[in-house]
Amino acid sequence: MLSANLSAIFYLISGVLFILALRGLSSPETSRQGNFFGILGMIIAITVTFLSIGNFSTGFVVVLIFLLIGGLIGAFIAYKIPMTAMPELVAGFHSLVGLAAVFVAIAAFLNPQAFNLGSPGNIKLGSLIEMSIGAAVGAITFSGSIIAFLKLQGIMSGSPITFKGQHPLNALILISIVIITYLLCSTQSSNLFWILLAMSFLIGFLLIIPIGGADMPVVISMLNSYSGWAAAGIGFTLENTALIITGALVGSSGAILSYIMCKGMNRSFFNVILGGFGATEQSASVQNKEQRPVKSGNADDAAFLMKNASSVIIVPGYGMAVAQAQHALREMVDTLKKNDIKVSYAIHPVAGRMPGHMNVLLAEANVPYDEVFELEEINNDFANSDVAFVIGANDVTNPVAKTDPQSPIYGMPVLDVEKCKSVLFVKRSLSPGYAGIDNDLFYKENTLMLFADAKKMTEDITKNL
Amino acid sequence: MEIDPFIFRLSIFILSIFIGYYVVWSVTPSLHTPLMSVTNAISSVIIVGAIIAGLAGNSNTIFNTSSIFGFLAISLAAINIFGGFLVTQRMLAMYKKKKKDK
Repeated sequence: MLSANLSAIFYLISGVLFILALRGLSSPETSRQGNFFGILGMIIAITVTFLSIGNFSTGFVVVLIFLLIGGLIGAFIAYKIPMTAMPELVAGFHSLVGLAAVFVAIAAFLNPQAFNLGSPGNIKLGSLIEMSIGAAVGAITFSGSIIAFLKLQGIMSGSPITFKGQHPLNALILISIVIITYLLCSTQSSNLFWILLAMSFLIGFLLIIPIGGADMPVVISMLNSYSGWAAAGIGFTLENTALIITGALVGSSGAILSYIMCKGMNRSFFNVILGGFGATEQSASVQNKEQRPVKSGNADDAAFLMKNASSVIIVPGYGMAVAQAQHALREMVDTLKKNDIKVSYAIHPVAGRMPGHMNVLLAEANVPYDEVFELEEINNDFANSDVAFVIGANDVTNPVAKTDPQSPIYGMPVLDVEKCKSVLFVKRSLSPGYAGIDNDLFYKENTLMLFADAKKMTEDITKNL
Repeated sequence: MEIDPFIFRLSIFILSIFIGYYVVWSVTPSLHTPLMSVTNAISSVIIVGAIIAGLAGNSNTIFNTSSIFGFLAISLAAINIFGGFLVTQRMLAMYKKKKKDK
């Protein structure tokens, strides 16, 4: 059996390894090594836990069996999942962290002796507070992530679900959660503990349903953050350094990602959380939609324009993921490169359904990462480029964000696509994007609309090149 | 007067938030998706709590309400640990540099 001090040191080491795991992600070259550090940290943490309990009886075997079952399921999912389904996968994983936190909190509440927290009905006050916070945040993470998962998977409509009195109801539930936590800590009643959990599940559900599909990058990042705080809460209960460090890391990581995503949309965090964006503007824009002339072309025209270009910038968006067009796109780019045309990719921070979504898809299609640029890096290059190829993106290219203070997306950083000599816009129809507003880019003199499925159009262009 | 050990844990917590803040800002935006999947995996270190709960039963009763919750939590966390690290590995393997011969 490992002494408490020695195991604490090992937990500290695994905490440090987790920090190194995140540090590795500062560049693709060091990232694989970082992931290895993460795995090592996890192995140390689990091994030390077994050694410090020092009980290798039948219980140990049962633990191993459950560990193996989960591990096999996890490994199976990891190998089978297509890269386009990554947002759903991450949302699903968040829900599991949340639920695991809830279960650990329940186990600790029912059997506090096992964790040195006192006895049932007489749990140490500090531990009970920490446990309640961990359980409540875990429950919110769980039900919130389930909703996010269902929306991303398309099982539930991606449009915001709003109803009258939504915000007062949420506020009421949040206040009662605080009151119940207080009562729970003063009475130690197990009924209150269950009510607290039920309320937290409910609020997680209610908080996410009003948020629309394209705001999912913020939601996923936010739930990522919550899962971290839940882990930290449990870490305090268990007095475990590895868990406290990890919880803090994950919590701040998710918070930073949420911040970056909100900034990418020029919206405040609260604006996103309160939800309902896009629902109201949608109806307004349908009414005053005027018929304006657009130029549309076919794959042949597009191929002609690109063949005569010397530089092309590709702007991918969520539509590319939906159409699974990333491989077809890379084949088109390969053909362009053979003709000595310079090609780069421009990625808007909120393109896709989660942070970095487009980058992963392009990487999957074997696009070298040094050809892929972020908004700030590439935005000045549009003016010096011949062709911008917009595939599956919409609102992030809308020049209205720069010109019309009345527009709901005014102030949002956008890619200066219209500064290119010509713009090729692959889209199925003229319908407005997520923000529910018309894209001025469609009607520009230098824009050629290509009405087709993104994958099919890209393949046709390649044939014509 | 002695300092409550809670304060030490709180110090670790606060300092880790700051470490997280600086480390995560230095993560390149193109790796934000792997960042999310790896944070998923490491936050499942919550499995240590699940293992303690699962092994808490005495030799006569391995299964009691508390330990069953522990066992379930072990499986959930294990899905995340294996799934999270492996899918991150899979993603990171795809990030390649431009080949010189092209």
